[in-house]
Amino acid sequence: MNETLFAPLRNGQPLALAELPRLTMQEFRAAVIAGVRGGQRLACLCADRERNLYAVLAADAEGLLRVGSTRLDRPGYPALTPDCPQAHLFERELAEQYGIRPEGHPWFKPVRFHASWAEGVDAWGRTGTPEPAVMDFYEVKGEEVHEVAVGPVHAGVIEPGHFRFQCHGETVFHLEIALGFQHRGIERALIGGPHPLSLKHAETAAGDTTIAHTWAYCRALEALAGVTVPVRSERVRGVALELERAANHTGDLGALAGDVGFLPTASFCGRIRGDWLNLTAEACGSRLGRGWLRPGGVGLDLDSARAQVLADRLPQVWADTQGAVELLWGAASVANRFEATGFTDPVQAREIGLVGVPARACGIPLDVRRDHPFGPYREHPVTLSLAESGNVHSRAWVRWLELAASQSFLRSALAALAWSEPEPRPGPLPPLAAEHLVVSMVEGWRGEVLHLAITDARGRLARYKLVDPSFHNWFGLALALRGELISDFPLCNKSFNLSYCGHDL
Amino acid sequence: MIHTLLTRWRQGHRTLAYPKTLPALPERFRGRPEIRAGACPEGCRSCADSCPTGAIVLGPAGPAIDLGRCLFCPDCTEACPEQVLRFTGDHRLAARGPADLVQGPGETGRLAAALEREMLRVLGRSLKLRVVSAGGCNGCEVDVNVLGTLAWDLGRFGIQFVASPRHADGLVLCGPVTVNMAQAVRKTYDAVPSPKIVIAVGACAISGGPYLFQEEQLGGAAAAGLPVDLVIPGCPPHPLTILDGLLRLLGKLEAHP
Repeated sequence: MNETLFAPLRNGQPLALAELPRLTMQEFRAAVIAGVRGGQRLACLCADRERNLYAVLAADAEGLLRVGSTRLDRPGYPALTPDCPQAHLFERELAEQYGIRPEGHPWFKPVRFHASWAEGVDAWGRTGTPEPAVMDFYEVKGEEVHEVAVGPVHAGVIEPGHFRFQCHGETVFHLEIALGFQHRGIERALIGGPHPLSLKHAETAAGDTTIAHTWAYCRALEALAGVTVPVRSERVRGVALELERAANHTGDLGALAGDVGFLPTASFCGRIRGDWLNLTAEACGSRLGRGWLRPGGVGLDLDSARAQVLADRLPQVWADTQGAVELLWGAASVANRFEATGFTDPVQAREIGLVGVPARACGIPLDVRRDHPFGPYREHPVTLSLAESGNVHSRAWVRWLELAASQSFLRSALAALAWSEPEPRPGPLPPLAAEHLVVSMVEGWRGEVLHLAITDARGRLARYKLVDPSFHNWFGLALALRGELISDFPLCNKSFNLSYCGHDL
Repeated sequence: MIHTLLTRWRQGHRTLAYPKTLPALPERFRGRPEIRAGACPEGCRSCADSCPTGAIVLGPAGPAIDLGRCLFCPDCTEACPEQVLRFTGDHRLAARGPADLVQGPGETGRLAAALEREMLRVLGRSLKLRVVSAGGCNGCEVDVNVLGTLAWDLGRFGIQFVASPRHADGLVLCGPVTVNMAQAVRKTYDAVPSPKIVIAVGACAISGGPYLFQEEQLGGAAAAGLPVDLVIPGCPPHPLTILDGLLRLLGKLEAHP
C-alpha cells in the first residue's frame, strides 16, 4: 500500500520535520489517492511558501492520521481532484494562496478572491486586487432554464456569500456557491507567530465555534511546546465545548422549526439557546467563551462553587430544551417537510469528504471525540450520534441525539469539577520546538476542526492551516440541493448551517 | 395540540422586564472598565504591553483605554501588578462616536446621547434596521440576532430588523469591512433611503478589532466611509449592551439612566 509511505501520527502528537516523509510528486499523489480509495479521508492538503505540499490523511477507524509531503520544483503539478474529489477545494485554495497550479483541475476557480501570497505568481494570471465572486459560474443552457443569483448581502442577520442557482421552474439543477466575502487574512496573520493577536484570531476564526477553534489552537501549541495540560483543565475545556455544542444545536433546531413554520419550537429554542450561552457566560464572562481557554490550560477556571452553580442550572435548561424540541418529533407537518427535503447521498458524501453532523446524518460514523480522542474524551467517550436517511430530518435528529449526549457529559463533568480544587492559571508557554509539525483536531458542533502547525528553525510558525468543518461541507450543501425546489433552499441551508467566516478565514 | 399548549404553559412567560429592571449579568461579565487614577508604579507599561490590539495608551495619571479597540479580554487586568484596571459589570458602553470611547483614568465614560430632534421625530417611534455582516467572526451577528428572540422582544421598542435596505431607516454594521465586502457595504448603504443612520456594532466595525493590522480589511464602518451615528463596543457586545445603545439613541432610556 502506497499510503504507508506517509508517517503515522496521533491527533496532537508532534513530529520532527526531519521525520516527515519527503516523497516525489508521483509517490505523494499515489499515496493520497490510494489512501482515500482505501477508506481514509483527506483531512487537510496545503502548501507553503517553499512550494512544499502537505497532506493529512485520516484513518478514522484506526484512530490514526498519516502525514506526508512533497516539494514541487515548479509552480504546478498534476491535480489530485480528478482521482480524488476530496482534494477539490483544497487544491483551489493552495493555488490561490501560493500560485501553484493543479493542472487538470476540473473546477479551477478562486476560493476567497484575494491576491496571491507569493509575490508575482497568480494561478489565474490576475493582476491587481481580485473582485469577489467574479468568476465563470457553471451555467445550464436551454430555453426554459433560468438563473437565480443571491447575495452577497442576504435577507436576514446572516453572513455574506453569493449563490447561483440554475433552475428549471422551481427545480434546482445546480447550485454554485462563491464565498470569500468574510476573508480577513487569519492564516496569513498567523505566519511568523504566535503573535499577541494569534489567540484572538483562533477565537474569532468562527465566532460561534470559539471554543473548538481555540482548543485546537491551544493543543497545537501545547504539543509543540511539550506542555501537558492538567486533567482538570482538560475537563473544563470539555465543558466549554459541550456547552457550545448544546447552544448551537438548540439554536439550529429552533431555526429549522422556524423555516417550516412551526413556531412553538422556533420561539422557545431562540430563548433557550440564550440560556445555554448564559451558562458559558457564567463560567467565563463571555457568552461565546472568549477568554476562557488559553494555551497551557484555561484562563478562567471553573472553581468548585461555580461548577456547582452550572450543575444546578443545567437540569432546568435541559428540561426546557427537551420540552421545546420534542414537540418537533410529534408534529406531522414538520416530519413531512423534514423528511422530504435535502437528501444527501451517502456515497457522494464519502466521495466529497463530508464531516460532522451532515456526515453522521447519512450514516457515516465520524466523530473526532471518538475516533481521535483528546482531552477528557479519552476517559469519557461520548456516544456516536447517527441517523441514516441523509435528509433534513436526519440532520435535525443527529443534533438532537448529540444534545442529549452533551447534556449527560456536562452533568458528570460538572459534578466532578464541583468536587475538585481549581488549577492555578497557566503561565506563558515555553518556546515551541523548532522544525516540527503537529495536527490538532477537535470535534466542534459543526464537525471536525483541524489545525496544522509547522514551525521554522527558530520555533516560529512557518505555516498555520485552519480547516473549519464548513470547508468540507459547503459542497455537500450544493449537492443536497440538486433536484430540490429553490424555495426549500433556506431549509436545506439551515440544516447544514455552515460558517462563512470559518470558510473564508 | 395539547402537548404544544402544555409545553407553552411549562415554558412560561420569559420576556425580560428590561428596561424596568436589569437582567442579572454573570459575575465574571466584563463590562465598562474602571481605571484608578495615579495608582500606577513608576515606568510600568504592563497593561499597554499586554494589550493585543494596542487599545491602551499611557498618560501621566495612568492608562486610557480605547473601548473601540478593546476586546474586553482579561489580558490587561491580569498583567497589571496594582489592580489599577478592572472590568465592572456595567453593560452601558455605547457612544455617539469613537472619540467618546476613549476612557482615561478616573473617568466613567460618555454614554450615547439621543438623536437630534428632527431625526427623533422621523425615526423615534419606528426604526427599521438592515444588518450587514462585513467580515468579522459572526459573533456580533449572534448577539444582534438574540434581540429578536422572545426573551428580548425588540419589537416592543418599535425597532425591527428588515430584509431589504429599501425598507430600512439605517444600517447595523458588524465586522471590519473586508476589502471583499467594501463594495457591497457601500451599495447597501446607498440603497437605504434618507434620512438614515449607521450603527457600528463590535470592535471590528469600530476599529477593525482583532483584525486591525490586516490589510484584508478597511478598519470598520467609519474607515469604509460611512457616517457613523452610534458605536457599540465589545467583542462581541452583550445583547444588553446593544439594546442599551439602540434605546439611548432613540432617547428611550432617559427615565432609566
